[in-house]
Amino acid sequence: MKPIDITKVQEKLESFVGKEVYIHLETTNGAYASHVNEKAYNVGVYIRNAKVRFNQAKIVGDGKSYRAGLKMEIGWIYAEGLTDWELFENEKLLMAGHDREGRLMVALQISETPFHY
Amino acid sequence: MEKHVVVIYPHPDDESFGAAGTIAKFRDQGVPVTYLCGTLGEMGRNMGNPTFANRETLPEIRKQELINACNVLDMELRMLGYRDKTLEYEDRNEVAQHIKGILEELEPSLVITHYPEHAVHPDHNALGAAAIEAVRLIDEEKRPTVWAQAITNTQLEDLGVPQIINDVRDNFDKKMEAILCHQSQANGVIRSWNQSDDLSNDLKEEAMKRLSIESFYIWKF
Ligand SMILES: [Zn+2]
Repeated sequence: MKPIDITKVQEKLESFVGKEVYIHLETTNGAYASHVNEKAYNVGVYIRNAKVRFNQAKIVGDGKSYRAGLKMEIGWIYAEGLTDWELFENEKLLMAGHDREGRLMVALQISETPFHY
Repeated sequence: MEKHVVVIYPHPDDESFGAAGTIAKFRDQGVPVTYLCGTLGEMGRNMGNPTFANRETLPEIRKQELINACNVLDMELRMLGYRDKTLEYEDRNEVAQHIKGILEELEPSLVITHYPEHAVHPDHNALGAAAIEAVRLIDEEKRPTVWAQAITNTQLEDLGVPQIINDVRDNFDKKMEAILCHQSQANGVIRSWNQSDDLSNDLKEEAMKRLSIESFYIWKF
């Protein structure tokens, strides 16, 4: 993946507006968080291949880390802490946030076809 | 001497970090070893350092890393096809029956798996429990021995001293070679143990501190 280019990502986000799309959304601090630091809690959330339709989409940020929000007819989806992006298989928009060690902390992915697995 | 050893863990790299030295010793004695790997570690957080994987490419990358590690350890590999982080939500009996079918075919004399509730990761606990249930369902005369591996920080207080304590410093080179097959994971995992700044740059040295003993509890049925 490469550092987020806000213009390109915004353009790609808009290409999904009004279409039925598949979403992958996750955040995690890892299954070992409280094992390596007893003061920590393990937290994580994961949705894969939720089928949604959104009518607005926007990516916002300061050049280092970004937030992306999708407005649906009756609800919202957003992710915070995004740092990198990639257009995967020419059609799937992958966005993720990594920490300094390259570990994934958050991901929001949008595709017109289901994600594999 | 063992007739056939079956190792049952959920993630590509559990075999290398947890039991590579033990596996290498069995292979040196000519004992066949088969690894039943539960998932492809699809939900791993380590994407390489610097990152070279993403959430979508990680499963295939880890599958290849797993194949490479099994080649280094010269053991047969079977992938069970579950998904990372979901094993505890699967039907325990279904998973146990799945494993039992494979054990009946391979007829091992020894099964190595995680110690349920003492193996930190929910997948370790769930697959360990299913594997032990699978062995329990086998007729007593044919039932293999189970070595259960605990990895909690409190295992000595909770479970006492393990019956099997393998010092694997003799074949640590082999173990390290297997660990390093897991290119996307090895660096991040080893660095996560020591978050202080004085971490040695020598991954092998860091790994030696933690991984030169492989210990197991003999499961009582
Ligand atoms: Zn594991």
